[in-house]
Amino acid sequence: MNKDRELLGLLLIILSTVAVLAALGMVFLYAPRETTMGDVQRIFYFHVASAWVGFFAFFVTFLSGIGYLAWAERRWDILALSSVEVGLAFITMTVITGSLWARPVWGTYWTWEPRLTISAVQLLIYVAYGMLRSALENPEKKARLSAVYGIVAFVTVPLSWFAIRWWRTIHPDILTGGGGMAFTPRMGYTLLVSLAAFTLLYVTILRQRIRLERSADALAHLRAYLETNYIGGSHV
Amino acid sequence: MRFIRIVWAIVVKDVAAEFHTREMISAMLVFSVLALLIFSFALDLRGAVAQAAAPGVLWATVAFAGTLGLSRSLTREQQTGCIDGLLLAPVDRSAIFLGKALGNLAFMAVVEAVLLPLSSALFDVPLLRPGVLLVTALGTVGYAAVGTLLATIAVNTRAREVMLPILLLPLAIPSLIAAVQATGGLVEGGTLAEVGGWMRLLVVYDLVIVAVSVLTFGYLVEE
Amino acid sequence: MIQVHDLTKSFGPHMALAGVDLSVETGEFVALVGPNGAGKTTLLRILATLIRPTSGSVRIAGLDPVKEGEGVRRRIGFLSHRTLLYEDLTAEQNLWFYAKMYDLADSSARVADLLERVGLTSRRHDLVGTFSRGMQQRLAVARAVLHRAQLLLLDEPYTGLDPLATQALTNLLTELAEEGCTILLTTHDLNRDLKVGRRVVVLARGRVVHDVPRAEVDLAAFPEQYMQLVR
Repeated sequence: MNKDRELLGLLLIILSTVAVLAALGMVFLYAPRETTMGDVQRIFYFHVASAWVGFFAFFVTFLSGIGYLAWAERRWDILALSSVEVGLAFITMTVITGSLWARPVWGTYWTWEPRLTISAVQLLIYVAYGMLRSALENPEKKARLSAVYGIVAFVTVPLSWFAIRWWRTIHPDILTGGGGMAFTPRMGYTLLVSLAAFTLLYVTILRQRIRLERSADALAHLRAYLETNYIGGSHV
Repeated sequence: MRFIRIVWAIVVKDVAAEFHTREMISAMLVFSVLALLIFSFALDLRGAVAQAAAPGVLWATVAFAGTLGLSRSLTREQQTGCIDGLLLAPVDRSAIFLGKALGNLAFMAVVEAVLLPLSSALFDVPLLRPGVLLVTALGTVGYAAVGTLLATIAVNTRAREVMLPILLLPLAIPSLIAAVQATGGLVEGGTLAEVGGWMRLLVVYDLVIVAVSVLTFGYLVEE
Repeated sequence: MIQVHDLTKSFGPHMALAGVDLSVETGEFVALVGPNGAGKTTLLRILATLIRPTSGSVRIAGLDPVKEGEGVRRRIGFLSHRTLLYEDLTAEQNLWFYAKMYDLADSSARVADLLERVGLTSRRHDLVGTFSRGMQQRLAVARAVLHRAQLLLLDEPYTGLDPLATQALTNLLTELAEEGCTILLTTHDLNRDLKVGRRVVVLARGRVVHDVPRAEVDLAAFPEQYMQLVR
């Protein structure tokens, strides 16, 4: 049983390494140089891929929140908190890459472009989720309350997306007016590979985070057992 | 119906309790007026600029004043363990949620009843029209519902009052954007049909939020 | 009235109750003693339907608190060292509110009657926030028995009460016990609280370690015995 797990883990690491290398290769060597923006446009692949993972990770947290409320098992909570942590890293990358891309192309570090804005909103929600967890001590309460928050927060994201989209169509940013890209099939393939690579990366890192949390749990259980049965060194 | 009687009893209880001290309502009102003033000075709101900014300033003020009231309402239950008193009663947990949410809605409505005419006068915008009132109502319903749910979460934390805005504001974004845009559209002379998209978003938001809150509230209060 | 079998409750890695077996007949008056952290509050809150058990079975008047919560709640009254009263409402308003929560038919009469019984009729229009601790606790008892509960669960109810208020509470509880109410009371003060109740159950480290009728308890020797049991 454990050997199979080890094997799966190793396989995942190898697969994601290969995928990321492939993506990198395609982004820098295979994808064409974009006509209007130049090489800076290559950030786009990382930006979109990390945005996708950031959202997907949130979706996983949403589902595990439901799972926890339904079955009250620790493993759902572990999945939720691990996905939030990993998702936070990816969504931060989305916001940073978006900002870095905006500067040379549109001359400003921030645009209210819908995808970037919704990523910033998700970032804030992730942070709020993390803060909520740290402000709760009781582990059962922590799991239950953050599960509910994860569920409610996630359902507002699509609604925010629509609101922001409509808001931008009514008030287009004068600065970002002409930011269109000439999209070719090669770019399409590169994007797909990037998406796959980042998703695999997410799964790999998620798995490691889950294992870490499980080990912490085992340690806590051991400590509690020792404390109740071996108070002050003498067997009760 | 017993369910409605219970919900109503909780609303009456909250209003009666607030009536005795009037602490929370006065705090919300004073805060709101101060906020309007600060926005006016900070953004130098005069003339056409004021008219354009009015919907946004109004809703930002409502949002912040709302967090004051929401926190206070739930803390009151926490202080003497009253939430246990509610949970010990043979009542549906969703009745407790709806009672608290409607009470919070009522308090926010009182504040808005003062804010709307005041902003109207201050920024010279026609806010006291049926369309705007409808938008205000729809926006406040969603905000009160999600706010009550999140305040119930926040009272359990060490940080309490500080936690609520952090949890609430990102989730209120769809409602805030829609309310501000709809109000702005109406104020500039548009019809309800023209801001229909925003109204629909508000309604969908309210329905989704109330549904999710009612479904998950029970899990928040039972260990 | 109460049937608890192999009840466990854990909060994460911490096991608050590690297999409790307890049986309480209708009309009994039980004092549950134990040191802090023994699990008394947890046990009481599970009986009061405020917490769900991790495993084991609990029956109150034959009902399962988890699945038939409403039925259980109608039959039980709960009192803790926290009053569960709204400080910004008057004594009367507090009781009226709870009367509505419990759907009482004769609420005005019942509220007036209970205020009389706990000696607070003269203060009924005053805000509970202005009451002394003893008065608040008396009102809290009125709240707990408002709906004619068959089982009264009290979690360290004497906390913070002066001798006069303590005596008043004891008298009230004795009256209720004589009227057939089943009472389960937790405490960690042996001297004062062992004088109430007709059965003593000792809880330590999440388990029942001793269970005797009060008549068999030698009040002089018990503190020593207790120390041994809970170590």
